[in-house]
Amino acid sequence: MSWFRRSKENISTAGQKKDIPDGQWTKCEGCSDIIHRKQLEQNYFTCLKCGHHFRIGSREYFELLLDPKTFKEMDAKMRSVDPLNFVDTKRYSDRIKDTIKKTGLYDAVRTGTGEINGIPIVIVCMDFAFIGGSMGSVVGEKIARAIDRALKKKLPLIIISASGGARMMEAAYSLMQLAKTSAKLAQLSDAGIPYISVMTDPTTGGVTASYAMLGDIHIAEQGSLIGFAGPRVIKQTIGRDLPKGFQRAEFLQEKGFIDIVVHRKDLKETITKVLRLLTD
Amino acid sequence: MAKLILDFEKPIIELEQKIEEMRKYEDNLDIAGEIRTLEKKVDQLRDTIFSNLTRWQRVQLARHPDRPYTLDYIHMMLDDFVELHGDRHFGDDKAIVGGFGRLGEDTVLVVGHQKGRDTKSNVYRNFGMPNPEGYRKALRLMQLAAKFRRPIITMLDTPGAYPGMEAEERGQAEAIARNLFEMSHLPVPIIVVIIGEGASGGALGIGVGDRVLMFENAWYSVIAPESCSSILWRSWDYKEQAAEALKLSASDLLEQGIIDRIIPEPPGGAHRNHAAAGETLKKILLEELKVLKKIKPEKLVEKRVEKFCKMGRWEE
Repeated sequence: MSWFRRSKENISTAGQKKDIPDGQWTKCEGCSDIIHRKQLEQNYFTCLKCGHHFRIGSREYFELLLDPKTFKEMDAKMRSVDPLNFVDTKRYSDRIKDTIKKTGLYDAVRTGTGEINGIPIVIVCMDFAFIGGSMGSVVGEKIARAIDRALKKKLPLIIISASGGARMMEAAYSLMQLAKTSAKLAQLSDAGIPYISVMTDPTTGGVTASYAMLGDIHIAEQGSLIGFAGPRVIKQTIGRDLPKGFQRAEFLQEKGFIDIVVHRKDLKETITKVLRLLTD
Repeated sequence: MAKLILDFEKPIIELEQKIEEMRKYEDNLDIAGEIRTLEKKVDQLRDTIFSNLTRWQRVQLARHPDRPYTLDYIHMMLDDFVELHGDRHFGDDKAIVGGFGRLGEDTVLVVGHQKGRDTKSNVYRNFGMPNPEGYRKALRLMQLAAKFRRPIITMLDTPGAYPGMEAEERGQAEAIARNLFEMSHLPVPIIVVIIGEGASGGALGIGVGDRVLMFENAWYSVIAPESCSSILWRSWDYKEQAAEALKLSASDLLEQGIIDRIIPEPPGGAHRNHAAAGETLKKILLEELKVLKKIKPEKLVEKRVEKFCKMGRWEE
């Protein structure tokens, strides 16, 4: 028997890894430095010391990129249904309900219109916190509608990706979202409207194999993991460790798949510059 | 090489062998009646077993090493086939084959995944798992078909796009994405046929078209049942449950509106009778092409995009 018993429920040790830490102080995953939340916020949720980029969600990105009070959300309450009655260790319908409750988000993507340094745009941002940013019917449909809006209003499109891939619990429906979003992007491209794809940590699987890799311009946040197969699967395939930096933004730039690798603090200015050059 | 007999096929095969055996003595003994009775019995047995297949059993059939592959269908259906090689950038991927040939009176392009039948040919074909240059070869050929106004037929049969280091370096994701994008607006008819395994993006990478047909015992989903089991159940042991949950059979997908038509297989599955499977496919392809050829290119593309945009379920 142990000498000390935990009598209060509010002390926990094995808490889930959070995208943005709740407490006032947090440890950097890159260099283990202790950072104050205020400091982190002021520094675009990146570590002052080592430059590590913390994962953030759509709320933070919209705040970071859009001019104040310009964001108008579209299809805010569109929700996933459970078309296949999918059950693994948990019912998919429960998983959705619980995740909505936990995150305050309705699905893994938010879309809308806004302005970036005065330039009107259609903006799409994924939330990794919602079932690993997985793409199911809702993600596909919201993006398709966002592209329709960009087409109709002739507005540039920006998609910020953060995803582990297609959502398994909607099976073939999820897979078809790759085709759906890519087909809509072909229409946008045929209409001569610019699309900037921003890849953040992580962008893998079906999202990379569709809209993330179909930008006119590819921007990636430094250090982001970007790829088709995940590192664990590749390691299994080849039976040895992967080289340092493999599948990171800088590596992909070296291989010719990313135009610009940026620090998050420069993201807004970089997008603005590119948009001005392409649309003026 | 010993033929692979799946567990649920065993009673059928045993009975068939018994009939074969009896035929040897048919001339000497008066057992013709008995043979007929047994033949009836084997047909009934086959019907019962094959009309009650679980989804996992269909996955096993889809992977059967004797199942017809893309090149088998090409040789059964096309005249004057010329295989074309290479993506013009990096190399020639053996896991995707393609070329022009005549289907009836039409010149068509056929592009498809290609598996091998034994260890040696499987290594050569990389087990039907394409690298980026495979998708880029497919795209080059499809763009040629568009240029010369020839319809495209694609055949899907892959356990997935190859998850290797070099594949990542050469842009596996970009290659697949580019194909989805370009296939969505190619101005010629595209018929997609899932002939065996349709595993995720690696299959869809040549799978955007006006009509999506699927063989009765093929499977098509976002992930293979084993991988799904390992991720969601954290164990490889739940592949049967995963196959059920994914609803990946042809009849499931027809119901979901993901495919347009099921291609019936000969009794016992396509691996038991290549010629019959090839004949059925050819007949159906000719039928489908006849309809698609009448549609104007702009309309074709418009309807194709619309078709994929309808896929999915949500509430608001």
